[in-house]
Amino acid sequence: MSGRKRTLEAIGFEFVMTVIAIIALIIIIAPSLVVLIVSFTSGFSLRFPPPGYSLRWYAELWNAWQLHFAAKNSLIVALWATGLSIVLGVAASLAISRSRTLSARLLDSLFMSPLVLPALAFGLAALMLFSLVGMPVSLLTLVIGHTVVCVPYVVRNTVAALAQLEPTLLESSAVLGASRLYTFRRIVLPLIRPGIIAGAFIAFMSSFDNVPVSLFLRDAATDMLPIRMWQDLEGKLDVTIAALSSVLIIATVVAVAVMERVTGLSRRLTN
Amino acid sequence: MGTAPASRDVTSYGMGLAAPLALFFLVFFVAPLLQLLWLSLHNDTAALHWGLGQYLHFLTDPFSLSVLGSTLLLGAEVTAVCLVLGFPIAWLYQRVGPRLQTIIILIVLLPLLTSVVVRTFAWIVILGRQGIINATLQSLGIIDTPLKLLYTQFGVVIALAQVQMPLMTLPLITALGRIDPNLDDASCSLGAGSWRTFFRIVLPLSLPGVIAGCTLTYAAAITAFITQSLIGGGQMLFMPMYLYQQASTLQNWPFASAISIIFLLAVLAVVSVFTTLGRMSRGYGGA
Repeated sequence: MSGRKRTLEAIGFEFVMTVIAIIALIIIIAPSLVVLIVSFTSGFSLRFPPPGYSLRWYAELWNAWQLHFAAKNSLIVALWATGLSIVLGVAASLAISRSRTLSARLLDSLFMSPLVLPALAFGLAALMLFSLVGMPVSLLTLVIGHTVVCVPYVVRNTVAALAQLEPTLLESSAVLGASRLYTFRRIVLPLIRPGIIAGAFIAFMSSFDNVPVSLFLRDAATDMLPIRMWQDLEGKLDVTIAALSSVLIIATVVAVAVMERVTGLSRRLTN
Repeated sequence: MGTAPASRDVTSYGMGLAAPLALFFLVFFVAPLLQLLWLSLHNDTAALHWGLGQYLHFLTDPFSLSVLGSTLLLGAEVTAVCLVLGFPIAWLYQRVGPRLQTIIILIVLLPLLTSVVVRTFAWIVILGRQGIINATLQSLGIIDTPLKLLYTQFGVVIALAQVQMPLMTLPLITALGRIDPNLDDASCSLGAGSWRTFFRIVLPLSLPGVIAGCTLTYAAAITAFITQSLIGGGQMLFMPMYLYQQASTLQNWPFASAISIIFLLAVLAVVSVFTTLGRMSRGYGGA
């Protein structure tokens, strides 16, 4: 240990880093808290702090049938897109995860590319394809479009889970006479299930929240919640949206807490 | 089983299992993008005349070029803010106990999973004329009239930085976790100060994470349609809204296709620059 000067310098460094980190964490968390507080306002505006508190905007939300309709559509599409993503994505992950061939790597890049490409360009492209083949926009076209952008999350998490699987487990199972299907059901699936669930959860959330694809593939009859909210906000700053936002924030917090318990979500996203 | 001499490898599955998804992607992902490219190479909306007219129009139109330029600049600003704020979070994460680590991760994760419209809406509440910033500054007597924060570049950058922060922070946490803590101690005991150690040891070794985070943040920031349009308002136009206006409001599909392709190429160019840098830095940091 050499000298007092370095210690002072070290304290300065740690102080600066910690202060910036805490400011950054506050910037991350503050907006959600502000929305939660404003949603209980008794006034008509988004003034902060609110002049008084009431549940009136939650009562408004209870009667906002347009938002209910959009939420129902978003939920249906998200459930179907997630289901399709699991079936198609897990099968594809099994094929590409343990193969080092060029085709496996190319397929992997293909399946991941919707994450990098601007989804808005894909939304427009999908709309043009559907109108070319004479398919009007519907919940079905939305499910197809959402599946394309959601499947990468399932593939990525399933491939990661498969990579941690000990090959010797599969070999022992085969040596002991188990069929491939039996090994898959009793050994592979239970071990990779948390990874699949984590991927499916993120896929569901990103479908429910999707804007760029829905923007082109929905119409008035298939209104989607994020688009409805966006259009409401473009027109007027309605406090009902604050109540709805609070409901969504709480639902997300609960869902993340459950997923953390079930799948260890945070560890999956940091390694 | 086991009787055939070339018994199948039980640890891997056939590529056939990838066929359904590959087919799905071919029909609903590759084909639409090819059609987009095809349409962009036509000079008229009926797609009868081949030509590069749409691209020439974009590349010779000062307005279109300025939209592209401001979008790419916006991405750079947001990425820089995310890096400056995200790095200390990742640094702090490595220095606290497991309980606090989980709390930090959940704070970082939460916005990633919260609806983007909700997150953007929160910034309208904060930055608005009667918002929390203006209300605080006014009650402290620092300003008399509310500052214009909404519908400004500053507003868009700070809102986007918050929205995209997880994409920067998560790879940084991973990268910092892989650095041998002994290196830090070694550097300090050899007489290098904390700042020097940080810039000469920690930062270079975490470059793969920095680059991964920058790639994700940049790509997300320039395509963030909702945040750009709600916080930026009508005066500020970025590529996603430009594309949407041309496609939906003006129904000019060939030009919208060309915008999409140009935007796509711009994103790919940026991503591949970052990827190349990442490959180089891995050779450097992986020693």
